[in-house]
Amino acid sequence: MLQYFAKQERIYPKRVWGRYRKLKWAAMIVTLGIYYLAPFIRWDRGPTAPDQAILIDLNNARAYWFWIEIWPQEVYYITGILILAAIGLFFVTSLLGRVWCGYTCPQTVWTDLFVWVERIFQGDRNARKKLREGPWTWEKIYKLGLTHFVWLVIAWCTAGSFVLYFNDAPTLVRSFFEFDVSPTVLTFIIGLTFSTYLMAGFAREQVCTYMCPYARFQSAMFDNDTLIIGYDERRGEPRGKLKKGEQQAGHGDCIDCSLCVQVCPMGIDIRQGLQMECIACGLCVDACNNVMEKINKPKGLIRYDTENHMRSLTRGKETQFKFIRPRTIYYSCVIAIVGGIMLYGLITRAPLDIAVLHDRNPVFVQLSSGEIRNGYVLKIQNKTHEHRTYQLSLEGLDNADIDVKAAGDASKDKLYVPADSVGSYHFYVHADVEAGPPRDITFTLKDGEITDTYESVFITRKDR
Amino acid sequence: MSDNEEHKKEVDDVSGVETTGHEWDGLKELNNPLPRWWVWVFLICILWSVWYFVVYPAWPTLSGHTKGTAGYTQYKELAESQKEIVQRQATYLERFEKASNEEVLNDPELYAFAMAGGKSAFKDNCATCHGTGAQGGMGYPNLNDDDWLWGGKLSDIHQTLEYGIRADNLDSRVSQMPAFGKDGLLKKEEVDAVVDYVLTLSGGHHKDSYDQGKEIFGQQCASCHAADGKGLQEFGAPNLTDKIWLYGGDRQSIYETVYNARAGMMPAWGERLDKNTIRQLAIYIHQLGGGEKDDTYSETVPSDDTNIQDNNDPSHQE
Repeated sequence: MLQYFAKQERIYPKRVWGRYRKLKWAAMIVTLGIYYLAPFIRWDRGPTAPDQAILIDLNNARAYWFWIEIWPQEVYYITGILILAAIGLFFVTSLLGRVWCGYTCPQTVWTDLFVWVERIFQGDRNARKKLREGPWTWEKIYKLGLTHFVWLVIAWCTAGSFVLYFNDAPTLVRSFFEFDVSPTVLTFIIGLTFSTYLMAGFAREQVCTYMCPYARFQSAMFDNDTLIIGYDERRGEPRGKLKKGEQQAGHGDCIDCSLCVQVCPMGIDIRQGLQMECIACGLCVDACNNVMEKINKPKGLIRYDTENHMRSLTRGKETQFKFIRPRTIYYSCVIAIVGGIMLYGLITRAPLDIAVLHDRNPVFVQLSSGEIRNGYVLKIQNKTHEHRTYQLSLEGLDNADIDVKAAGDASKDKLYVPADSVGSYHFYVHADVEAGPPRDITFTLKDGEITDTYESVFITRKDR
Repeated sequence: MSDNEEHKKEVDDVSGVETTGHEWDGLKELNNPLPRWWVWVFLICILWSVWYFVVYPAWPTLSGHTKGTAGYTQYKELAESQKEIVQRQATYLERFEKASNEEVLNDPELYAFAMAGGKSAFKDNCATCHGTGAQGGMGYPNLNDDDWLWGGKLSDIHQTLEYGIRADNLDSRVSQMPAFGKDGLLKKEEVDAVVDYVLTLSGGHHKDSYDQGKEIFGQQCASCHAADGKGLQEFGAPNLTDKIWLYGGDRQSIYETVYNARAGMMPAWGERLDKNTIRQLAIYIHQLGGGEKDDTYSETVPSDDTNIQDNNDPSHQE
């Protein structure tokens, strides 16, 4: 019978211990530690700005990252970060294969965490399988219930931490205990709790195999010098069971214990060669090495290796791992260029940015004295964390006067803009000018050392 | 396509995947079934769309469309967001109503509120005649400049807005320039003389008829336009010595003005707009650049050294 739709086969990864498993735990502690705790890091920016080190302040349209602050019109930094992240991923992938997938991808990390919870309450692979496939008993209800409860708690913390990046963390945490949370926050938390629970608890390897686009186009970054997890067929085959007291006559080193399959979180058999599902986590390497140690064979029957190296071994030749390849060179070039541009932008980020927009209607007005008047809107971006009062001056037009139209006693020598915000002033320039083409003029805004200029025009009657 | 009932397990050499037994011109289909959860997601989407058809407006009918059980329309949404805006305005409106003009001009929030409200009301009501930038045109004063027929103080502008000019309102500003030529008050050459005289007020060359023109001006025009020709805002009589001409400053235009007279009209907006809007408009126009201070007497002094004769009306030039 043909099956049109395949049922998800449940995978019960067996516990394993070794070098790569340790690395995975370390990666999990570091990544989750950063994720859950980073919102609580404080960073003093003075009384006019929030003191949260990492904050995306949607209400005030500001993003903070330690000493860096980004305004909405500087969103190209986000573009830069995304380019760096993508190319960085390509770079690492072309060198080390899918280590991002195996160690640091949130899907992998949370799935790993959820499997760990599963193991605490239900036991290791065989026990889990037996419990799941067995009849419903009180024990089963209790063990599964506890697992799902802890999963939900973790998912809820994950969702809650996400929201903390958009709000003042201690305030929001307090408001949780006071049951005073906005519907928006609650909606996000419920949505993310549910998605974390679903993805890490149930979907798991299906995400990597069917949903993740990166898993599908990774082969574009691979070449024969990319690190992959490889089974050394030359050494292992033909595989055969090792029986007590018997010599392994005619058999390779693989004793067909299937531990590499049992520990695999993707449920594949690495001995069939490189597969799309493989996330290069190295757990099969750990499992196999442990076995090799027990039967007194050299480690590395399954190992991180490159296609080229494996092939050269078959030819009885040892080759070096090639780091420098056209692919790695141009990935690093793109990273250097984009990173350089971003760094330059951040270092030269001005504390003041002005724009002067000439009134479009009317473009000029003749006054009763015969003088010509032009109107402008001055936009002042005060990017410092102090309230400032600026002075406006103008070059390129003789005997010109600046007249600011604003509330209170604002004048060209007194343009107040609060800290970290944009001030907008409408002002007029009038001067006795003869008819002619528009005059090029330059406005200068100044407060002590901080200054910025803007080139504009003064329009008058045309020549007749 | 051949569906072989006794299909034997056949494995594709290249991919190592079983085939389904379906074959098209020698091409065999590999058996890579979709995950079952995918089908469930698909089915749930279909169910969701059925729910959507029932609840929301969805299908076109001959006379319109199905209405949906939720009673959703975008008009309702619009009405709701408008209600929200009105509510948001209410707090400012309340403060604005209580504040004096001086307080409004000194409070950045109320100032911004008045300017925004005035700007939008201007575009809705005033721009038809005065232009979107209040730049005016032939017969419609430019509100950006510093030349005012009836006064440029905030209170003057407010009164003009409220009661209009030559409008059908008891308190409207009214004045009437005589049609000196048409009604036979002056002979044709007398009109010529006074026109030439008026041209000299803003820097034109003296002509032979200068004295005659000056005399006629003194008798006929000075009562409204003042002896020096600087006009009187009490009568809405324009300043004839400056560079700004409402109906054109060339000889022909001025001749027509003296011969036929001019009388512009503006509605009494107090009858159409509420008092807060009128006040917002007054503040907006006052801040367009030509507004005069309320406490000082307005006096526009043309600079004496301007000798360049400008016959072109700047108000409707480009």
